[in-house]
Amino acid sequence: MLLLALWQVLTVVGGYDRFILPGPLDVWEQFSIVATDGRLLRHSLVTISEVIPGLLIGFLVATPLGYLLARSPLAERLLSPYLIASQAIPVIAIAPLLTIWVRSTYWSRVLVAVLVVFFPILINVIAGLRSVPSELYELMQSLRATRWQIFRQLEAPAAMPILLAGLKVGATLSVIGALVGEFVQPKSQGLGFLLVTARYQFKTDLVFVVLLTLSAIALSMYGLVALAERWLLRWKRAT
Amino acid sequence: MTSLATQTRDTTFLCAEGVSHVYPDGVQAIADVSLSLAPGSFTALVGPSGVGKSTLLRILGGLLKPSSGAVSLRSSPPHLSPDPVGIVFQRDNLMPWRTAYDNVCLPLEVQGVRAPERVQSLLELVGLDGFAHSYPSQLSGGMAQRVALARALVHRPELLLLDEPFGALDALTRERMGQELMRIWHAMPVTVFMVTHSITEAVRLADEVLVMTGYPGRITEHVVVNLPRPRELSLEATTAFQKLVMDIRAAIEEAGV
Repeated sequence: MLLLALWQVLTVVGGYDRFILPGPLDVWEQFSIVATDGRLLRHSLVTISEVIPGLLIGFLVATPLGYLLARSPLAERLLSPYLIASQAIPVIAIAPLLTIWVRSTYWSRVLVAVLVVFFPILINVIAGLRSVPSELYELMQSLRATRWQIFRQLEAPAAMPILLAGLKVGATLSVIGALVGEFVQPKSQGLGFLLVTARYQFKTDLVFVVLLTLSAIALSMYGLVALAERWLLRWKRAT
Repeated sequence: MTSLATQTRDTTFLCAEGVSHVYPDGVQAIADVSLSLAPGSFTALVGPSGVGKSTLLRILGGLLKPSSGAVSLRSSPPHLSPDPVGIVFQRDNLMPWRTAYDNVCLPLEVQGVRAPERVQSLLELVGLDGFAHSYPSQLSGGMAQRVALARALVHRPELLLLDEPFGALDALTRERMGQELMRIWHAMPVTVFMVTHSITEAVRLADEVLVMTGYPGRITEHVVVNLPRPRELSLEATTAFQKLVMDIRAAIEEAGV
């Protein structure tokens, strides 16, 4: 509240034009307009429909690959140089290429989101699996547990806290990924498209509305993972 | 209290012959170790740090394949289809996401056995039936180690391996846990092999104490502990007890480590 008040005071005292720094009241006014005419919801739904598959596919690809890298030194030696090198190229630089290769506007955007969330999840899967104490492996071995039992009863739950931490990072990054995808492929849909058009039209208050909506989506994604975490790691709350 | 000399083949539960182990990095941990454990006996292995005591324990439990030599259990072929063993480490190694009860359940789950009454009675045996639904983070070090002990016994293994099981506990808790272990061992038909740094603990608990010294480690002394059971803590004040402790200490120091 204090922040909002300061912001409003700043715009009035500074006498900035609405297209340079709109006040909270201007933003609110613009929000009411786009919220009531359905534009905000329409574009938000498009972005969300890219964010969620982006995160899910990223998770589904990164988790088995992370497992392979953590469990097989050979796979790690072969693959990790490429994986790390691929991270040296900014996604924003590959994104235009992807739009050429992937015909579908929708899937090229999802793919950018996948690329962004992939790496932090992968790293956390590996870190999570490496955190399993070797003596617990020996314990499972002493019980003559099968590979699957070791995965199910030891590795999966033991790696879960670190995996979920990676998923939280991935959840917020997935929104950035979808937005980058929309920037390079601004075909009349999505919050990224709305942002670009608002900027061209000097509707700075609309830019603010979009930015706030994006952070709301990112926060909700984070919140969803945090909720899952609360349930999955309920043993941590026992004191 | 059987000694090696009086044991015949059929009173041997576990037999290791000429076991050596070289780690992949070329370090030889143990050399030419032979030993046999009588069924239901309690054997302690003492020796300085780093002589390969834990390596030997892992080989006996089938967790590590020896570079040469063989370990055989009863008459079964060496490690063809090894039976599960019970194992307790220095750290309790409980799974923090499982309650005490569920931790004890783990071996049964792995074997696909449902036997809640066994879990319950073991928790009672280690005196923790009131803490079945506590998580490891809610237990003290001694309690957590008791849960680990219950977990190591719930699937009724014939061999219980203890790797410095009380090493992380304070002296008083350690003594009390030793007495508990005695009580539990009397209640169950299990052969115990324990690695420890404490000579007094070894003498107080075991039928036979093996001394391992040198790099790579070899078994340089077998000491049969002919003290009557049940053994109370007051036993430590007797000359017989102290003489055994002195003998073992001398055997370790003789090796110059």
